[in-house]
Amino acid sequence: MASQGKAWRCQGLYLGRVTSQNMKRDWGDEYDGRLGKGERVIIKGGRSGATPNPSRRDVVYLATGAGAVTAVGAVAWPLVAQMNPDASTRALASTEVDLASVPEGQIITVKWRGKPVFIRHRTEKEIKDAQSVSLTDLPDPEADDKRVQKPQWLVVIGICTHLGCIPTGKEGEYDGWFCPCHGSSYDVSGRIRSGPAPNNMEVPTYAFISDTKIKIG
Amino acid sequence: MSGPSQYTPKSNFAKWLERRLPIISFVYDSFVAYPVPKNLNYMWTFGAILSFMLVAQIITGVVLAMHYTPEVSFAFNSVENIMRDVNWGWALRYAHANGASMFFLAVYIHIFRGMYYGSYKEPRELLWILGVVIFMVMMATGFLGYVLPWGQMSFWAATVITNLFSALPVVGPSITTWLLGGYSVDNATLNRFFALHYLLPFIIVAIVALHVWALHVTGQNNPDGVEVKNVKKDTVPFTPYATMKDGFAIGVFLVLYAWMTFFVPNYLGHPDNYIEANPLVTPPHIVPEWYFLPFYAILRAIPNKLLGVIALFMSILIAAALPWLDTSKVKSGTYRPTFRKFYWIFVAVSIGLGYLGSQPAEGAFLWVARVLTFYYFFHFLVILPVLSRREKTTAVPNSIAEAVENRGASHA
Repeated sequence: MASQGKAWRCQGLYLGRVTSQNMKRDWGDEYDGRLGKGERVIIKGGRSGATPNPSRRDVVYLATGAGAVTAVGAVAWPLVAQMNPDASTRALASTEVDLASVPEGQIITVKWRGKPVFIRHRTEKEIKDAQSVSLTDLPDPEADDKRVQKPQWLVVIGICTHLGCIPTGKEGEYDGWFCPCHGSSYDVSGRIRSGPAPNNMEVPTYAFISDTKIKIG
Repeated sequence: MSGPSQYTPKSNFAKWLERRLPIISFVYDSFVAYPVPKNLNYMWTFGAILSFMLVAQIITGVVLAMHYTPEVSFAFNSVENIMRDVNWGWALRYAHANGASMFFLAVYIHIFRGMYYGSYKEPRELLWILGVVIFMVMMATGFLGYVLPWGQMSFWAATVITNLFSALPVVGPSITTWLLGGYSVDNATLNRFFALHYLLPFIIVAIVALHVWALHVTGQNNPDGVEVKNVKKDTVPFTPYATMKDGFAIGVFLVLYAWMTFFVPNYLGHPDNYIEANPLVTPPHIVPEWYFLPFYAILRAIPNKLLGVIALFMSILIAAALPWLDTSKVKSGTYRPTFRKFYWIFVAVSIGLGYLGSQPAEGAFLWVARVLTFYYFFHFLVILPVLSRREKTTAVPNSIAEAVENRGASHA
């Protein structure tokens, strides 16, 4: 390789076994034949000169560094990932619920993926109330018919979207749900109306498998 | 404060040991010959009290772990088993549970001591920050421990605290799931909380070692806030002076601790925690342990979820910035008449927030909490920086010796 002015990119400690032969090979004419104390030679950057292969060291450093980073990442990955839900938790099957036994006006709570799901058999009045609310009055605007598949059945995950408490049914200003922890009020569509919770109660994925049976999940 | 050791080994064994591992001279220089300012008052005994409490919590905790089962179907009953069947189990558990409260009581006095006397100021900034870190790890440990009995309060505390992270945009829900090891607080959560509750106290021990190391490099601050100028005139040796005083203070503190443990062991607890955890029912009024109440009040005072969580964390982290918010050259509140007034207002505001944290977040309580939350941050971000520039301080003594003489003269 021809002389390229300040071509020394290899600075700092010269690693590896230092012998006159190796130095001659790596540094060519720039090496004046002297060895430092011990087996270390410190090559300062910024000098001009020619070298047969200055980039060879860089490649070794970069490869070592990249290898070390990869190794640390590979070791850290399982250590971090083990904290995520395990296979048995992830595999929790969907839940089927028979609605025939739920009279009008009643709320039942079923457990799905360790969480409570509220199923509310809404009365005519409640349906009318939920449908007549103006969307502009809602902190998280969502129409009632977007939240139910059949107007008389409301299915929501019974977890307050503030900090995860379970709201109590038929309480609060809007007769929907009231969260005792920090005072959020939900309406009969499970929509947030007042309090610190940012969102409406979540509607899980579910399907009617018959007129009176649903499958959640 | 470091220099050649003041210890000369006498016995042959001590000489042999000293050449190989100078541990005797290290202890001697740190806890016997170490010079302490001679004007220290009883507020300076809380470091020793806290060290005592840390050891007490670790010892009672390790033995409780021998009887506790971190599994959702057994956890609650294993704690009842400790209370009823394990020999002295009731005493050990009450000592551990009340020990946590006493630990926090001592740490709050220790922190407010530092705030009054300007112990965070140059050159003790790092010492102070290490203290803030210890306090945060303590809070984490206290929270994790509260979950282990698996009562209703345990369960819902775990739910609320882990859900704080769900406020983070984008990554929030995945972080919460990751922390819980599931989609809700469950066995995986309890199991890991137990592992971490056992681990963190030892992390605290390590940070305390750094805290004490940093303390012994800068030397202690003192009620007059002037640095030691003449070791002979301004200081007394740690032993017997500080050792005896600390020992006496620990004794007095133990009287209160023992009274709590043996006479009113459940006073600071919550009856709902004697009901086993039920993921489908949230107790009508959930509150954290008393030592988290001011921060809980701040969380609830803010009507936006993310901002509330940010305010909660900032209210703790802001303490770490104190050395750069209060830049007054005069350290001690003794010589800062205006600062002193604001200091006591701040103490009252903090206690007020604690009270509001225990009340339902509605109506007047909520509004007062908002005002006090605002003032809490206003104190740090406006009052302290402005005071540092404007305040007229009174004359600071030239040395600790002079301060002690002045005080003696005024009493005579």
